[in-house]
Parts: sequence; C-alpha cells; structure tokens
Amino acid sequence: MDALLLSRIQFGFTVSFHIVFPGLTIGLASYLAVLEGLWLKTGRQVYMDLYHFWSKVFAVAFGMGVVSGLVMAYQFGTNWSEFSRFAGGITGPLLTYEVLTAFFLEAGFLGVMLFGMRRVGPALHFTATVAVAVGTLISSTWILASNSWMHTPQGHAIIDGRVVPVDWVAVIFNPSFPYRLTHMVLAAFIATALVVGGSAAWHLLRGRSHEPVRVMLSMALWMLLAVAPLQALVGDAHGLNTLEHQPAKLAAIEGHWENHSGEGVPLILFGWPDMQAETTHWKVEIPRGASLLLTHSWDGSIPALKDFARADRPNSTVVFWTFRVMVGLGSLMILLALLGLWLRRGGRLYRSRMFLRFALLMSPAGLVALLAGWMTTEIGRQPWVVYGLMRTADAVSPVGALQLSISLALFILVYFLVFGSGTYYLLQLIAKGPQVDEGLLPVDGGPGQTRNPSRPMSAAPDAVPVLAGLVHPMRS
Amino acid sequence: MGIDLPLLWAIIILFGVMMYVVMDGFDLGIGLLFPFFKSGDDRDVMMNTVAPVWDGNETWLVLGGAGLLAAFPLAYAVVLSAFYLPLILMLIGLIFRGVAFEFRFKASPERRGWWDLAFIGGSALATLCQGITLGSFISGIPVHDGRYAGGGLDWLTPFSVFTGLGLLATYALLGSTWLIMKTDGLLQLRMKLLARNLSWVLLLFIGAISLWTPLALERVAARWFTWPNLVWFMPVPLLVALAMLGLWRALRGTKDSAAFVYTLALIVLGYSGLGISLWPNIIPPDVSIYAAAGPPQSLGFALVGALLIVPMILMYTAWGYWVFRGKVRRGDGYH
Repeated sequence: MDALLLSRIQFGFTVSFHIVFPGLTIGLASYLAVLEGLWLKTGRQVYMDLYHFWSKVFAVAFGMGVVSGLVMAYQFGTNWSEFSRFAGGITGPLLTYEVLTAFFLEAGFLGVMLFGMRRVGPALHFTATVAVAVGTLISSTWILASNSWMHTPQGHAIIDGRVVPVDWVAVIFNPSFPYRLTHMVLAAFIATALVVGGSAAWHLLRGRSHEPVRVMLSMALWMLLAVAPLQALVGDAHGLNTLEHQPAKLAAIEGHWENHSGEGVPLILFGWPDMQAETTHWKVEIPRGASLLLTHSWDGSIPALKDFARADRPNSTVVFWTFRVMVGLGSLMILLALLGLWLRRGGRLYRSRMFLRFALLMSPAGLVALLAGWMTTEIGRQPWVVYGLMRTADAVSPVGALQLSISLALFILVYFLVFGSGTYYLLQLIAKGPQVDEGLLPVDGGPGQTRNPSRPMSAAPDAVPVLAGLVHPMRS
Repeated sequence: MGIDLPLLWAIIILFGVMMYVVMDGFDLGIGLLFPFFKSGDDRDVMMNTVAPVWDGNETWLVLGGAGLLAAFPLAYAVVLSAFYLPLILMLIGLIFRGVAFEFRFKASPERRGWWDLAFIGGSALATLCQGITLGSFISGIPVHDGRYAGGGLDWLTPFSVFTGLGLLATYALLGSTWLIMKTDGLLQLRMKLLARNLSWVLLLFIGAISLWTPLALERVAARWFTWPNLVWFMPVPLLVALAMLGLWRALRGTKDSAAFVYTLALIVLGYSGLGISLWPNIIPPDVSIYAAAGPPQSLGFALVGALLIVPMILMYTAWGYWVFRGKVRRGDGYH
C-alpha cells in the first residue's frame, strides 16, 4: 500500500472512532437540557432521575471525545502537512475556535452542570446545562464550517500557493455549511434518541418496567417521530445542494454514468457501480426516478460520471452503498417512530416484545447511519481534499509507507483496546439503568477536587455496582 | 496593522508549551516514579495528588497544536511531519496514560495492575518521545522550499536520545518534588531520597547538554559566546547553579514546597536557555516566526478568541489548584 492510501485509512479510522463520541454528546447535552427543563416545569422526580442517569453517560462520552480529539488536532500536521501548509490559514483558526469553545465550556459550565446541583440554585443549574448544550452546538458549528469550506470553498484568495482568508463571513457561511450543520446536528439527535430508546427497550425486555424506563422510551420515540422525517427532508435539500456544487459526488452516489437525451435519468435502487467498466451492473431501477427527485421534471438530466475525467471521479462503488446504508437505516428509523406512535394506544408500546426487540436492534443504527453519511460525503469529495483547489494526493505528508504502517497498526491496536474498554464501561453504565429517585443524590465535585470537569469521566461512578462486590473496600 | 501578530502568537504558543511542560511534567513524572513504589496504597496516594489537576494539562497541548496550525501553518506542517513517529508515539502514550488514569479508578482490583502498567508505560513513552522531539528540534530540521526535506528517521540521533533520557530525569525530579510537597511520612521521606539522586542525574544532563549544543551547533555557540550576549545571558547559568544549590538545601530542610519551586525554576531556566539558543526561529536553524506565519487575517481572527478565552482558562486552572492545596494522605480517596 502506498503512503497516500495508508494516511487515508488512518485518518478515516481515527476520525470514525472520534465522531461517535461527539455525536452522542451533542445529542445527550440537548436531551439533558430538555429533561431538566421538564423537571423545573412539572416538578416530576422522574425527569431528575433520568437527568442524573444520562449525565453519567454524557460525562464518559465527553471524556472519550476529548481523548480521541487530541489525536485529530495533530494528524493534520503529521499526515497532511501539505494540506495544512496550503489551507492552514483557514482551517487553523476555525479549529482553534473549536478547541477554545470546548475549553471555555469545561472551565465555565460543565463543572456546574456535572457537580454543581447542590451549590447553585435550580435556575442557575439549568442555565449551565443549556449553556453546555449550546456549547456543543457551537463547537460543531466551527468544525463543520471548516469541513464545509473544504467541500465548497469560498471567501479566500490564493497567494503564493497558499490560501488566504479574504472574507471570514463568506468562508464560514459557505454554500454547503447550513445544510451540513443541520444534517449533522439532527443526525446526532437521532442517534442519541435511538440509543436512549434502545436502552429503555433492553430494560423493558428484562421486565424492568419502572417509570424512568417508560418515560425514557416514550421521549425517545417522540423525538424520533419529530426528527427522523425532518432529517429526510433536510437530507434531500443537502442532496440538491450537492448536485449544485459537487455534481460528480452526486453522480457517484446515483451510480449514474451517462445521460441519454429524452429518456430522463432513472433512479437506481440497487446495483454495483464498476469504476473500470464505467457502468453499474445488476441495476434495479425506476425509470425517470432521479429526474423527478433531483430536477423535479420528467426528462431533466443531471451531470453523469462520464462527464468527468477518470481522474476526477469519486469511487462510485463505495459511496453508492454507504449512501444506501444511510438512507435504508433512515427509513427504518421512520418506520420505528411510526410503529411506536401506533402502539401508544392502550400502552402497548411498553409491552410489545416484537417492537421492543426492533427498538433494541435499532439502537446503534443512528451512529452507523451517521458514519455512513460521513463516508458518503468525504469519499464523495475525492479526489479532492479541498474541492477543486487541492487534490488529496497532493495533501499528504512526505512520510514513508513503513512509518505509516507502524502508526496505523498501533492506532488500530490502541483504539480497540482503549475505546473498547470505554465502550464496555458505557454499556455497563447503561445496563445498570436509571433508578427511581436516583436524582436525589447529586454528585459533588468541582475544580481542584477529585471529581472535576476537566476529567469529565470522574462524574461517573468509580465502579458500576454490578461489580460492587469485587471492588476494593476503600473505594466505596 | 500596527500589531506584531507573529510575535504575539509566538509568545502565546511559547507560553502554552511552557505551561504544558511544567504542568504535565509533574504528573508524567508520577507515572515514571510508579515502578519505585510497589504498594497499592502508595500508588493510590501518588495518583490522588494529581487526580484533580492533571488533565488541565492536555488543554495546553491541544491548544498548542491548534494555535500552531492557525498562526504558523508552515511550522505546523514541517515540524509535525518531520517528527512523525515520535509524535504519534507520544500521542499514543498520552492516550494510554489518560485513559489508564480513569479506568484504574473504575477497574476491579485484579485488573488494576494492567492499568498501572499502562500508566507507567504511557508516561514513559510520552516523555521519551517529547525529549527526543525536543533534541532533534534543537539540532535543526532540513527545510527546502517550505517543506521538510529530511528522512523518516532523522530524529533518531545520539543527541536526541540523550535529550529524551534527560527529559525522563527532569519529569521524574519534578514529580518527586511535587510529591514531597503533597505527601508526608514515609512516602515523603523516600521521595526526598529519590529526588536527591535524581537532582544529580539532572545536573549531569544539564551540564552535558550545555556543552554538547554549542560544540555541535555553531549558531548556538555564536548566540551565547559572543560579545555582548555573553554578559546578557550570563545570569542564566548562574541562576541554574543557584537553583540547584537551593534545591539541595530544600531537600534537607522542612519547607516542603521549596524543592518543587526550585525544580520549577530549573525547568523555566532550561526552557529560556533553549529559547535564547533558537530565537527568533520557529523551525531551527533558519526559518523565523515571520517566515512561517500564516496570513495576518488568520492570525488576527484567531487572536480575538485566544485573548478572550486563555485568561479564563488560566483563572480557572489557578482556582482548581487553590481548592486542591495541602497534603494528600492515605485513605483520602477521590470521593
């Protein structure tokens, strides 16, 4: 394997691990804000119990997001030095703002949110939770501004072979940014709702049908019902935006090789795009489907892969399928939400084992769809790293294949070990489930104390009670 | 624009790196000292002396990386790709160390040994790689046309390995004097003995590196040993000697924080010594901060955020240390 491919695999691997955790924290932070708001409004203890329970999961996910993010901040230089040299003038300040926002949160509000319940009044505590939720969204905004600029660059000049920002507003609010940001934030909400709903289903299947578990399932399904169909609309708009700005990516997603005048463009449901043969094998297609969907006309045409030089085509085989995985899972999510609505009559929601099994199976679907969506958009941008400005092949560091093989092997080993342990711990936390009245036991801690916000993981219990018997007596 | 943006950013990044070295130094040092203390209770105390503060440190490392990309994209690109393997290994060491920290507290006792090992290994790997990077950074990085022009293993030289070992000794000393301040009884006594031995080792390294660099690098010799620089920079070695004497006195005395303060002084002096040798180059031997700086629009935009938030981080960090002042004893668990 050559250095370019190794670097791409390494980046894809580390960023895929990373994105799962911010995906969860973005969704959970907003969920926690809603829970606390409902608690303040209704005074029902169950909302505080759920708040207490999910804030521990949030804390661990936040901690792992920070650790895996450290690697990201360095890889742009270690592996993509030519990219950083060329585009650092724009991506650097945006990344700096993202980092500063995250630390601002840690220093300001995370501590109050995780450890301050007993020290500040409920109103102030709620403010802190909302600030953390808004903060995660601001962090996403910076990163997605940077990423979107790489897809649809504007607001810059190129001077002496390097990008110079001319108009920061244009850089940040580039054409694909609003779509990408909305799509990603909704994806995080959906992924979280599915994890929350799936854990409730797991507990219900085991006969634990107390109030917090039922409220958890119900809230997750309302959320899904509201957001999953909305996501389909936003995704569609994002697709039209891609058609306008990155037509080669869209052609690759559709497996669409050439236009025949007067026939319109068929919608290929399934098939196997072949980059060598320049065709899509074993197609199952709806005649004129893509014309109707994408151009809203009977025989409108869209740019086809053969309109682009071979060297400028993204890999259609891959993005064709990652896109379909995302859309397929999205459809199942809408189905789950509708089934849930139907089963609410007579409270069958909490009893139907078939439905609960479906919800349990779907719990990782949001994260899988999120990863599939990112693969579609990122692999679909190829062969460019900054669309139309710099090719990925020109962005890579002058580092040898041997060193890259070593680092990639180490990353794979360490990530599975470290984040495997972390995920195991998260699952144990979730398996313990929310307890009635656990919200009456606030967690104490703060800056300078052993539990503190710069170690978000310290907000979670030191050992899950399942293992309590094995734990050193001093620990309890 | 009237503001010297590259200079301001160089100061911010130099400050950030120094904060990192000082603060992560003592908790990496604790990982390095772990093998000398086999008892689980001692290890618990040692870890609890940093539990509340340790990872504010990684803040500075992430900020340093992002700030370098924003302000000096050329330096970020050249330096990070030149030191590919040591930096990747450092990151892996830091991940292990950080996660071991959390999971050691959460794991069952039979698994705790593994996380102890991960803590020791991670700390040692991260420190060694930082020292090696530092050494080869001082030696200079071949740059051609704004790109790294050396080989993949250029960082591996006798000098860089020597500075790597030197940094191990430095962090271990910093860790042991931190523990003298934060513990008492037998553990503190053993730390004092250890610190005394480590101070001799460090003195050896300081002496050797102070001779080795000007002998090997003409530009460093020219910076220090020409008139009138000789006069201006003379205080640095004198202060090093004074700090070392102070450290030895402190190790015999009863004021428990003094040894840590003198070690900090030694590190700050060493850091300024390096600064004097290299200034104003951000990629030694000859790429200056001005040559490596990004466009002023980028530096100015990022500066606004840094000036707003960095003081907040500093105040917050100081508050954390203030709350956490005083000794940590056996059984003062983390909750």
